[in-house]
Amino acid sequence: MSEEKRVGIVLVSHSAAVADSVAELARGLAGAGASVPVAPAGGTEDGGLGTSAELISAAAASVDRGAGVAVLTDLGSAVLTVKALLAEGDELPADTRLVDAPFVEGAVAAVVTASTGADLTAVAAAASEAYSYRKE
Amino acid sequence: MLDADFFRRWMTATAASVEREAERLTALDSPIGDADHGSNLRRGFAAVTAVLEKEAPDTPGAVLVLAGRQLISTVGGASGPLYGTLLRRTGKALGDAAEVSEAQLGDALRAGVDAVMTLGGAAPGDKTMIDALVPAVDALAESFAAARVAAEEGASATTPLQARKGRASYLGERSIGHQDPGATSAALLIAALAATADPEAADV
Repeated sequence: MSEEKRVGIVLVSHSAAVADSVAELARGLAGAGASVPVAPAGGTEDGGLGTSAELISAAAASVDRGAGVAVLTDLGSAVLTVKALLAEGDELPADTRLVDAPFVEGAVAAVVTASTGADLTAVAAAASEAYSYRKE
Repeated sequence: MLDADFFRRWMTATAASVEREAERLTALDSPIGDADHGSNLRRGFAAVTAVLEKEAPDTPGAVLVLAGRQLISTVGGASGPLYGTLLRRTGKALGDAAEVSEAQLGDALRAGVDAVMTLGGAAPGDKTMIDALVPAVDALAESFAAARVAAEEGASATTPLQARKGRASYLGERSIGHQDPGATSAALLIAALAATADPEAADV
């Protein structure tokens, strides 16, 4: 699959610093995955803690290469905002999916999987699977 | 019958009420939330007022859909998508009629409340806005004034509950003893509706 058709990844956090850092971490650990379009959407538009529908929409548009967009979120209002935008119908690229995954681990799994040219379903599955890695 | 102007006045009255009560909402949100409910809703409803002045939709449904869209974009916390969904779904349920009856508004509002419960996964008794909205919608069949009383009683009744949704749920039993800020703002929304329907009965 060509680079243009890679699945895009959007990382939505209440904090711009968290979203930026997790994006950097996922890109770094993905190695060749540097070519995967990843966009952080953290905090509010004025730089505060919270969720911005505008930043999420812009991030999703920026990573859309026609192969779908996987959105990973952290806390409650990020989840609710993405769900509300999906319900709007025209705020996010047509093939956008909210992925049920742990934020950091899911982001790494999603970017690595997307870097192989996998489709949106495979990317979402890999990110969700990160829940099954127990730490004790 | 209720026309688009009625719905614009409802939204404007809600914005004024939220503006007036913003500090109280934030004070309620301090012990169990992140102390931004008042400022978030104030920003959201100020944006609603501004967009309704600019675009002036000409049906009740369009007023609520536009208002809901504005809340989702501007609030920045969970109350944005929740109130946004409430108004949008209510507006969509009203369709494109130029005027709607009180009964139609009641049915549409119930559809909106159902959508909020689906989005947030909350049920009555979870100490959320639902605890004010569900009794309000039930009482709306009787009158706007009854809906207002039911919403306020529903908000008060959240005080002894333990939160099961959102940030407050992490506090466990420490959430008990505080009135829920979301149920409180939901009661303001319903009070503004009652005041719009009967401006002389209430000074909202």
